[in-house]
Amino acid sequence: MNPFAEQITVSHYLAVGAVLFVTGAICMATKRNALGVLMGIELVLNGANVNFIAFGSKYLRADNLGLDGQLIALFVIVLAAAEAAVALAIALNFYNNHTTIDVDQADELKG
Amino acid sequence: MAFYLVISLGATSGLFFLAGAEFVGAMQLMIYVGGTLVLLVFGVMLTARESFITMQTKAGDWVLSAALGAALLGLLTYSAFNVREWRTPRADRNQLTAIDAQSTGQLGMALAGVRVDALEQPDPQVRAGLSGYVFPFVIVSMHLLVVLIGAGYLARTKRRVRTGPAT
Repeated sequence: MNPFAEQITVSHYLAVGAVLFVTGAICMATKRNALGVLMGIELVLNGANVNFIAFGSKYLRADNLGLDGQLIALFVIVLAAAEAAVALAIALNFYNNHTTIDVDQADELKG
Repeated sequence: MAFYLVISLGATSGLFFLAGAEFVGAMQLMIYVGGTLVLLVFGVMLTARESFITMQTKAGDWVLSAALGAALLGLLTYSAFNVREWRTPRADRNQLTAIDAQSTGQLGMALAGVRVDALEQPDPQVRAGLSGYVFPFVIVSMHLLVVLIGAGYLARTKRRVRTGPAT
């Protein structure tokens, strides 16, 4: 039985979402570059979006979320982009003041 | 690092298209790949410490990537042609409508307040809750306005005050 010829189900989508989520979580936990942490955040949100789209797809399940899943994913995309913009502005400010982007150097709550 | 993220987000956009959410897939490409990742790449370039002196790809890298690419291409074409249902064209392909993308119109109507995908909802209690997505839509637009103003203010260029000798 060819594993690439099986029908794609919700479980396959959930597995891809899980891989994205775990990769993003590891990035957020281990990267010292603040921009690396930001990329981890983007990956986590994309993993959640893949889950929402999988449950909202009418081609994968008969009993699906429908439009709700797609709308929630759309709002998550918009809010993640907004949060990335603000986090990047903060990171650039930090770099302008300290000439480093290392999160280990950001251990004082001033400046 | 950021380039791998570009590929990853582009591939999840492809997954969205496969699941029938074509509007969300297009928005993912436009907002994430075309906006957020460009911003992240600029951030990486502006905060880099070592200068990019050598930008040549080594010969070993070329050989390795060509071998991996050829292996992946062989695997994909073998899988593509190994399924009999995909090899045979449809018997009734002359009596088909070409495109059946309906999610964009339904999404637009839901954001404006009318849930056209649930017009015949027999349960009155569920019916009372299907009021559309106008409220989150307006909240998100206010949020985006605040974020734009805040990020623009945070990332402004500050005049560096030089403290010279006191006169």
